[in-house]
Amino acid sequence: MTVAPEFSDVDVPEGYVKLTVDGEEVVAPKGELLIRTAERLGTVIPRFCDHPLLDPAGACRQCLVEVEMNGRAMPKPQASCTMTVADGMVVKTQVTSEVADKAQQGVMELLLINHPLDCPICDKGGECPLQNQAMAHGRTDSRFVDKKRTFPKPLPISSQVLLDRERCVLCQRCTRFSDQIAGDPFIELLERGSHQQIGTAETADVLDAASHTSSGQPFQSYFSGNTIQICPVGALTSSQYRFRSRPFDLVSTPSVCEHCSSGCAERTDFRRGKVMRKLAGEDPDVNEEWICDKGRFAFRYAAAEQRIRRPLVRSAETGELEEVSWTEALRAAADGLVKARDGKGAGVLPGGRVTLEDAYSYGKFARMALRTHDVDHRARAHSDEELDFLASRVVSDGGPAGGGVTFADLEAAPVALCVAFEPEEESPAVFLRLRKGARAGDVKVVHIGQWASPAVDKTFGELLACPPGGEADAVEGIAEHAPDLDEALRADGAVVLVGERAAEVPGLPTALHHLAERTGARLAWIPRRAGERGAVEAGTLPTLLPGGRPVADADARAEVERHWGLEAGTLPAEPGRDVTGMLNAIVTRDLGGLLVGGVDLDDLPDPALARKAFDAAEFVVSLELLPSTVTPYADVVLPIAPVDEKGGTFVNWEGRRRPFTVTLDGTGALTDCRVLDTLGVEMDTDLFTQTPDAALGDLDRLGAPKGTGAAKGTSGALSAPKGTLGALNAPKVPLGAPTAPPTPGSGQALLATWRQLVDDGSLQIDEPALAGTARRVVARMSRATADGLGDHVTVSTGRGSVTLPVEITDMPDGVVWLPGNAPDAKLRATLGAGHGAVVDIAGGDR
Amino acid sequence: MGIFDPVKGFGVTFGMMFKKVATEEYPEIGAPAAPRYHGRHQLNRHPDGLEKCVGCELCAWACPADAIFVEGGDNTEEERYSPGERYGADYQINYLRCIGCGLCVEACPTRSLTMINFYELADDNRQDLIWTKEDLLAPLLPGMEQPPHPMRLGDNEQDYYVGGPALARGRGVPEQETVETDTEEAVR
Ligand code: SF4
Ligand code: SF4
Ligand code: SF4
Ligand code: SF4
Ligand code: FES
Repeated sequence: MTVAPEFSDVDVPEGYVKLTVDGEEVVAPKGELLIRTAERLGTVIPRFCDHPLLDPAGACRQCLVEVEMNGRAMPKPQASCTMTVADGMVVKTQVTSEVADKAQQGVMELLLINHPLDCPICDKGGECPLQNQAMAHGRTDSRFVDKKRTFPKPLPISSQVLLDRERCVLCQRCTRFSDQIAGDPFIELLERGSHQQIGTAETADVLDAASHTSSGQPFQSYFSGNTIQICPVGALTSSQYRFRSRPFDLVSTPSVCEHCSSGCAERTDFRRGKVMRKLAGEDPDVNEEWICDKGRFAFRYAAAEQRIRRPLVRSAETGELEEVSWTEALRAAADGLVKARDGKGAGVLPGGRVTLEDAYSYGKFARMALRTHDVDHRARAHSDEELDFLASRVVSDGGPAGGGVTFADLEAAPVALCVAFEPEEESPAVFLRLRKGARAGDVKVVHIGQWASPAVDKTFGELLACPPGGEADAVEGIAEHAPDLDEALRADGAVVLVGERAAEVPGLPTALHHLAERTGARLAWIPRRAGERGAVEAGTLPTLLPGGRPVADADARAEVERHWGLEAGTLPAEPGRDVTGMLNAIVTRDLGGLLVGGVDLDDLPDPALARKAFDAAEFVVSLELLPSTVTPYADVVLPIAPVDEKGGTFVNWEGRRRPFTVTLDGTGALTDCRVLDTLGVEMDTDLFTQTPDAALGDLDRLGAPKGTGAAKGTSGALSAPKGTLGALNAPKVPLGAPTAPPTPGSGQALLATWRQLVDDGSLQIDEPALAGTARRVVARMSRATADGLGDHVTVSTGRGSVTLPVEITDMPDGVVWLPGNAPDAKLRATLGAGHGAVVDIAGGDR
Repeated sequence: MGIFDPVKGFGVTFGMMFKKVATEEYPEIGAPAAPRYHGRHQLNRHPDGLEKCVGCELCAWACPADAIFVEGGDNTEEERYSPGERYGADYQINYLRCIGCGLCVEACPTRSLTMINFYELADDNRQDLIWTKEDLLAPLLPGMEQPPHPMRLGDNEQDYYVGGPALARGRGVPEQETVETDTEEAVR
């Protein structure tokens, strides 16, 4: 019997309790788990099932400690991961208690009874919590000499995730993750007693490919990779990383995901100059500890066989691209661009995947070397209305430091309205936050879209269905048709999230602007590509200079001219052309040359026009990683570095800067900003963007527009905080009117479409295991629309057709939904049509 | 200095001619090392020719000189190099680095890696001193077959580890060859 320790009279604040852990007095917030209290004191209690972001389960019993309450010892050791602190509690961990230590050793021995001697062939070996804790808290030998329980292995849960049931310690981290965080039916605990195992409905008796969930649906989750990372043993492994290396081989660098605008923190592990895997990094402000499977598994594009590693110049004799030296290529590029500039002019298409530094360099190159505002990074559907929207609502929202919407705000918002935005497909980290908030009961999620996508269900959301193109009307009609939503949007903290698809819906940006003005709800623009927000800040738009300065504003131009050392009045006063404007101008021979970054012609609103224009262009310079649809038209191709081989900064949708450093050093690959700088020198222009640091420094010295009274924030404030906008940056309100969506005739339908996370994107090449987890490619329509069509539907326009299996979905009649860029259905390329277009539908067969 | 002194000196030389020679005739006649000398490495095989190495990298981990590079690979039913799931797809030892300490041999969980007497590890270029899996693998003995091929001696890797030596005799591996024998096992 221990003597109850004397409590000193330390002040215990409200909401806190005082207890003793290993003889040390601690004050802990009420509700804190013992395991965390001990951790704060520096005592790590061994654990398997406990995870700070998952609900406590008490499944593994490894964390046993001795607990005494009110002077009486509890009869048995208690699980410290499920027990919360209480006043006067006396806790003894393995450090001071023989009983706790022995209990922990006992549990470890039991866990190891059926654990195979797999360490040499197990991917977790070397970074395995079971190995480590067995060494630290286990017995030196086992008393168990009988045959171990075996299972056939490995069992594919999906094409990416492999399950080895022999190694599983039944901690249920994976099942709790799928259930609580991702909301996807993944794997479950099956059977009882010594037969207890993790599996899907089919794995229990089907021994081969069992990639179906209990509902008979093929297993798909965009977050399955997280279970691999949190599994405390090697029971879940990925087919991509399987047997590739050991932790001691790997050099880890923190990195930032380049796939979407969430800018998740990652850890990139490489071995001998080759990236082996990516893991979720920890950033409580952004992605917590989770990333999506695309961010985790899609990285081998950078090491692809076909990567362009030497500059190419089209030979005058053969008409083929030929490898040349950098000097020669840069001279050819500079000569061609100077000729084009001095003739009809040249434009710049940086693409949406640029870093802030690279975007700034593209913009500066356009303005200084090509002397034009013809620069537009929007390699997707775009509109003038969107331009105004970006200039007035996005670039000036100030980022997290200036009161812009943040991830944390999503979690706490009373209502989150998603318009023309599919969080799970377009920005998965946003989806996880919304789900987290909704699951806690704080956030009500409302979607304005066409059908109740899985994201709607998993955020316990409500769908306001409208035909594609009718989103603007739906937003305008909120006050009238959904008064409670209107009311909710007036509440403090309400947010409206809009995706890049808004550019395709006439009147939608304006309607959202009005909605925000009317209700006071905060607006966040969440584009799909990682570089879009940064590019807006860096001014790669025909109407915007860096820092959100309008081109049309003489003072803003003068300020930029001074900073760049240009003579006053050098920058044209007229805004430039947008992407479509440039392409049209080339076709009509009003523009001669193009400098193109990472742009795929099939992403542009009209790929046929784009091809025609590129064919007609006098001179095309392409800065690319891999041969693309631009390469056949390029006169000069300059290879650039993928994110792993360069440093830089992404700006995520919040406006938060996400800096990252180079992972693979010394590969010789050059950043876009360096290539542009050198190209500038060849054209007698100094951009001062030799390195990302130099480019960023230059951008930051330019800072926010003067006269706005905005102090330049150090923590990623990109422009003036809200409410302090001076006359200089007065929002030019987008002025678009909703046009009623066209009415489809018989045999026709309105096309609804968005891109799915895992699809035929160019950064997902060489990843068969990831591709296997893509959602099934189907055409969705209502029963009435599908009537008489059969199992397959052929959707066509004058350009081409796509045939896909039909899935009956609850959605407005006369609408067909297709995935945007699935392997069998590359919509823009084949149909030349996008969201809201009228298409012909007919029964089709395969 | 006496008159016979020069002759005396030759006497020593002459006398040595009849003594036993300590010089080893190398390389004409070669010089065998002691039986347990740590020479170069060898990657051993199971009695049917499948590789013992499972690509676990424990040898690389143990190596104080960072001389070993291993990358594992996934066996498939169609293409099998070792019993079980995993095999050493890429295996290299850099003999410019190796100090012959044998820690790698100690670390190997499958007895795949051992050292043999061969010690002629000199060359005039770096490239040839990085020995790859092909150079290191043990020769095929009678009864062995060049992988990839299916498991011939059992249904799973356990059969190989538990009953391997006895099975090897059954496949005609001569008694004196280096396969772990039943007697050896019994002694242990
Ligand atoms: S899970 Fe850990 S303990 Fe189990 S086999 Fe793998 S490395 Fe070894
Ligand atoms: S598979 Fe891993 S995470 Fe899931 S219960 Fe087993 S040990 Fe835990
Ligand atoms: S013998 Fe020693 S130095 Fe040589 S490879 Fe083995 S562990 Fe490394
Ligand atoms: S030789 Fe042995 S230690 Fe080295 S990888 Fe192969 S099995 Fe592992
Ligand atoms: S960590 Fe406490 S029971 Fe598993």
